[in-house]
Amino acid sequence: MSQTKTSKPSAVQTTGHAWDGDIQEFNNPLPSWWLWAFYATVVFAVVYWVFYPAWPVAGSYTKGVMNDITFVDSNGKSKTTHWNTRSALLRDLQESKTAVLSRDYLNKVAAASYAEILGDPEMMAFTRSMARGIFGDNCAPCHGSGGAGVIGLFPNLADDDWLWGGSVGDIQATVKNGHFGFMPAFGEVFDDAQLDDIASYVLSLSGHPVDAAASRRGKAIFQTNEGGCYYCHTHQATGLKSQGAANLTDQIWTIADVNGAADLAGKKERVKQVIANGVQRRMPSWSERLSAAQIKLLTVYVHELGGGQ
Amino acid sequence: MIKHESIETNAALLVILTLIVVSIGGLVEIVPLFYIDDTVEDVEGVRPYTALELRGRDIYQREGCYLCHSQMIRPFRDELLRYGHYSLAAESQYDHPFQWGSKRTGPDLARVGGKYSNAWHVAHLNNPRDVVPQSIMPNYPWLLQTDLDYSDIQERMRALKRTGVPYSETQQEYDANVAEFGAAAADQLDILHAEENLMHQALTEDYDGQRGRITEMDALVAYLQVLGTMVDFSKYDEGYFADFR
Repeated sequence: MSQTKTSKPSAVQTTGHAWDGDIQEFNNPLPSWWLWAFYATVVFAVVYWVFYPAWPVAGSYTKGVMNDITFVDSNGKSKTTHWNTRSALLRDLQESKTAVLSRDYLNKVAAASYAEILGDPEMMAFTRSMARGIFGDNCAPCHGSGGAGVIGLFPNLADDDWLWGGSVGDIQATVKNGHFGFMPAFGEVFDDAQLDDIASYVLSLSGHPVDAAASRRGKAIFQTNEGGCYYCHTHQATGLKSQGAANLTDQIWTIADVNGAADLAGKKERVKQVIANGVQRRMPSWSERLSAAQIKLLTVYVHELGGGQ
Repeated sequence: MIKHESIETNAALLVILTLIVVSIGGLVEIVPLFYIDDTVEDVEGVRPYTALELRGRDIYQREGCYLCHSQMIRPFRDELLRYGHYSLAAESQYDHPFQWGSKRTGPDLARVGGKYSNAWHVAHLNNPRDVVPQSIMPNYPWLLQTDLDYSDIQERMRALKRTGVPYSETQQEYDANVAEFGAAAADQLDILHAEENLMHQALTEDYDGQRGRITEMDALVAYLQVLGTMVDFSKYDEGYFADFR
């Protein structure tokens, strides 16, 4: 194509350079739409300088005119500043349509009791949609977007088993203050046979067909001060809520992946590992990161996830 | 007046003139920030990193975390809802270079400190899909297996000191740090005790869950857990920050 073009005589002027003897360059004018768009950006820039912060002057800068922002500060006082992104954000939070709408709902939910929220379909609909986002941003990385958790690391919130209690009050306290779940490691305290016995007893509690003699020996450690397991797991092995101790009598396992093991020996090995190594799980406190109203929404959401108590 | 043709046919002149034109934009935008009074907010609590956090930050850069994670929460409502308070210039005043980043393949990390437990960070860095099934972040298993090399920590701190980070070497500098950051923080900024401070922090906090061992994971998690936690925003009126813009 270039060949046909250069071989034809053209009305367009060349720049006058010639490389390698015969390579020349056309001097076409810029397309007019491009040129006008360029002039428009120049005009836009000059207008922008007038209305927005732009040029540095001494220790300050031109602040822009006729573009002030008024917002209400944390003390309830009205404040007017030149245009800037921070004030624009505050105004957006206070005046934009969606922010006002969600704030009205948020205030309504914040003022209501848990019983009122749970009984009001409109407040519940708002809670579900708003808390879903809060949960996704803050809780889902550990507990999973559906609340299923990770066995061994983070509790499942979508079942009806609650380590630290499943009432709205318990859940709110958990979200607000966080938790430190701790079980000591018994690997140094007991020998392998004893750990085996304790694991057998623990599995027998949830109806696994373990060796009865081993289970009896394990029970003697579990239920006495020798092991002291009952301090937190209780004599009934249903777990003490104040310690976040697991209920060992059900089929729900949050630390040892018992249900994931193929046979009884595998299940026992997994329980044994937990007894030997102990457990340290920490949930952060959210009282500084989330507002009281946000924590309330989350509480209701989490309560609903697992069919709370 | 230089003619178009003489610039175009003289490569050296073309390069020099191009550099001058390009640098005008940079100079006009960057230089005033050094002398405009309210560029950096006056807030309490921002301190340089401890020796361990500093090594964690080096690993953050070595692994190229900044290629996918920004550390800059912009003042928009959606960012506020997702990440928390917008970032302040003051919060990266001791970062050389700053880690603002420009690409968010992963989420912003400016306020990730304290958001998740150490155990989560360890599991997540080792294999992100263990905790976040839909994650596309690569695995970093070597962090947990590699012992942290902190033999040159003093040199690293001295290098930053040259750029203006107030790590202390003399008694006078130490006293100034006590006045500025308090005694506990000033102890951590002492170059001469860097190794023992680093070991102490790593062994007592045990970020990686491997007792008695200091790995690169310890350092990186220590760094992540301090990000965005230094300023107590409940102490300031929101309008206060707007005064700095």
